[in-house]
Amino acid sequence: MQALAQPDVWLLYRLMLRSRLFEEAVAELWRQGKISGEMHLGIGEEAIAAGIVQQLRDGDALALDHRGTPPMVVRGIDLDLLLREFLGRADGLCSGMGGHMHLFSREHLTASSGIVGASAPAAVGFALAAQHLRPRTVAVAFFGEGAMNQGALLESLNLAAAWKLPLLFVCKDSQLAITTDSSSVTGGNIIDRARGFALVAEEIDGRDVVSVWHSAHKALNRARSGMGPSFLLAQCVHPEGHFLDDPLLQFVRRPGRALRQRVPPLVRSAIARGAPSLRARLSSIKAVTDLIAGARKQTFKRDDPVHRTRQELIKEHKLRLQQVEKEEEKKMTEVVRRATVHVS
Amino acid sequence: MRRMGFSQAIDDALSQAMETDPTIVVIGEDVHTIRSSLLVRFGKERVRHTPISEAAFVGAGVTAAMAGLRPVVEVMLVDFIGVAMDALLNHASKVETFSGGKWKVPLVVRAACGGGYGDAGQHEQSLWGWLAHIPGLAVVVPSTPADAGGLMLTALQNDGPVVYLEHKLLSKPWLEFMGIGGRNTVKFDVPREGAIVNTPRVWKPLPFGKAVLRREGKDVTLVSVGVGVHRAVEAARILERRKISASVLDLRTVRPLDATFVCEDVARSGRMIVVDEDYEAFGLSGELAAVVLEAGIPFTYTRVCTKTTIPYARHLEDQTIPSTQKIVETVRKLLNK
Repeated sequence: MQALAQPDVWLLYRLMLRSRLFEEAVAELWRQGKISGEMHLGIGEEAIAAGIVQQLRDGDALALDHRGTPPMVVRGIDLDLLLREFLGRADGLCSGMGGHMHLFSREHLTASSGIVGASAPAAVGFALAAQHLRPRTVAVAFFGEGAMNQGALLESLNLAAAWKLPLLFVCKDSQLAITTDSSSVTGGNIIDRARGFALVAEEIDGRDVVSVWHSAHKALNRARSGMGPSFLLAQCVHPEGHFLDDPLLQFVRRPGRALRQRVPPLVRSAIARGAPSLRARLSSIKAVTDLIAGARKQTFKRDDPVHRTRQELIKEHKLRLQQVEKEEEKKMTEVVRRATVHVS
Repeated sequence: MRRMGFSQAIDDALSQAMETDPTIVVIGEDVHTIRSSLLVRFGKERVRHTPISEAAFVGAGVTAAMAGLRPVVEVMLVDFIGVAMDALLNHASKVETFSGGKWKVPLVVRAACGGGYGDAGQHEQSLWGWLAHIPGLAVVVPSTPADAGGLMLTALQNDGPVVYLEHKLLSKPWLEFMGIGGRNTVKFDVPREGAIVNTPRVWKPLPFGKAVLRREGKDVTLVSVGVGVHRAVEAARILERRKISASVLDLRTVRPLDATFVCEDVARSGRMIVVDEDYEAFGLSGELAAVVLEAGIPFTYTRVCTKTTIPYARHLEDQTIPSTQKIVETVRKLLNK
């Protein structure tokens, strides 16, 4: 009997840490104004990215959303190219044309989109090409639970099932779609939806890299052997919210500024003359404060996937762990130094 | 008079209309956050947040409007209208014609548009020309808070579907949300006259299809909308120092288009330069040339528009979107001065 495949947890930890360090560097450069626009970090999604993408091979395809950095890092995209892209440099991964939401690597068959849900049809196309041109290769789609209400995504689940495509759908469930409590706008539950399309669907703890790895291993094997698509629903937490300076997290992180900016208009509205009743308005105010309270759930320590794996490994071999961390930190310092050397 | 920012003016006019018209409802993604003052004022039934399902809730907005509501449907950024395009292209714009004029769609679709803050070409498009191409849609692109409020009132009184666009560089909350993010390390070229001005105490509707002259001049007519108007005015000030007198026409609505006013001013100056942040090919700038040609007015013409996908890198973005400097250079070239 074949031995049950096991993940290399040390490698997975290294990849998660690399992604975390990379994104922490990105956040700092963004705060310094060297990276423009919005910044959606994948901090909190590292176990999902590492547990799945580490198992991809040459010829496998990836369809990413606006939070594509961790899968790109784990896939082995050159970190210098990646960071230079974020800085808008001509020698970046996409010549400075795409930025963090529009990352493309043709040789890795990896494409991103900033349009919610767009990664699902993208993965269907990749999987269709795989079926024709690349036996035993697969496509993987990453998206958030907010995308589960996009028509094109649901249509893609159907296409993948109808065509028995070699595809893995990965829904990263943070329970918050931008600033909307997903449960308040979602009928039924996500896993039942996937099963309704006859996909093999499993709910997993997206903060536990080992369980992500095992579930993905099964799903990828199924896809590679022509048994059709699967769906993983992976719970996760976004400690930075939807994007850096998230409007809900402002109330947690910088309450003074948030209160100054946001409360006066609300008070003006609450006391404006006319209908509806004060009672109805108070209930609306409560809806707003409940949202802010909900955002606090996103701040993690216990739920940090990198920290969690670290706690396991520290028991196993503390010195080796420190060595890994030193290497990765040194590597990242060098990447940042090289990328910013010409940027004042 | 009250000093007010762009989005605040729109929300204020909307609020004024909602007080007297209970059929107005606001529907869209994260409206509990981005329209929290309207939510507190009018309650969860009338300010309703949606899932990220543009195709469904814009489509639903069309028939909700047909059945007696006046929905103001928000799609966040106009780029995301791509997901909901069928509702506008094949439904909202067609019902009046298909019903023999018997059924109308009083729907307002509100979206933020435009670039200049480094978010790249999937979040910074203008698309008003693309939308105005469709018969049956009105497309509003205000350039000042004072116009923004009045035009919102008109949109809410319009019998047919209106796409109402709000430029992110002019809107403090949108720019904060998408570009600034609480940082004091980033700078954007925000035209002050477009971002915060005195506004009327009580809003009055401003008619669609009526352009306004932002600056009088005799040598050349600059025509624009949105942020482009402010770039054109700034260019006109610079050109004045070089003894070139430029008038600046703000269209305010792309459709209906105030062809009469454009033709009058171009007939006077003999030269038209269109400043359009939307794409150059097959768009507003070409349409303007066509209406003046059709009127038989002799004129010389050129344009400063966005020709390509907007790049992410800030310095490349600045070279892609119409800038004051590029307008000045283009006018001088046209006049050989």
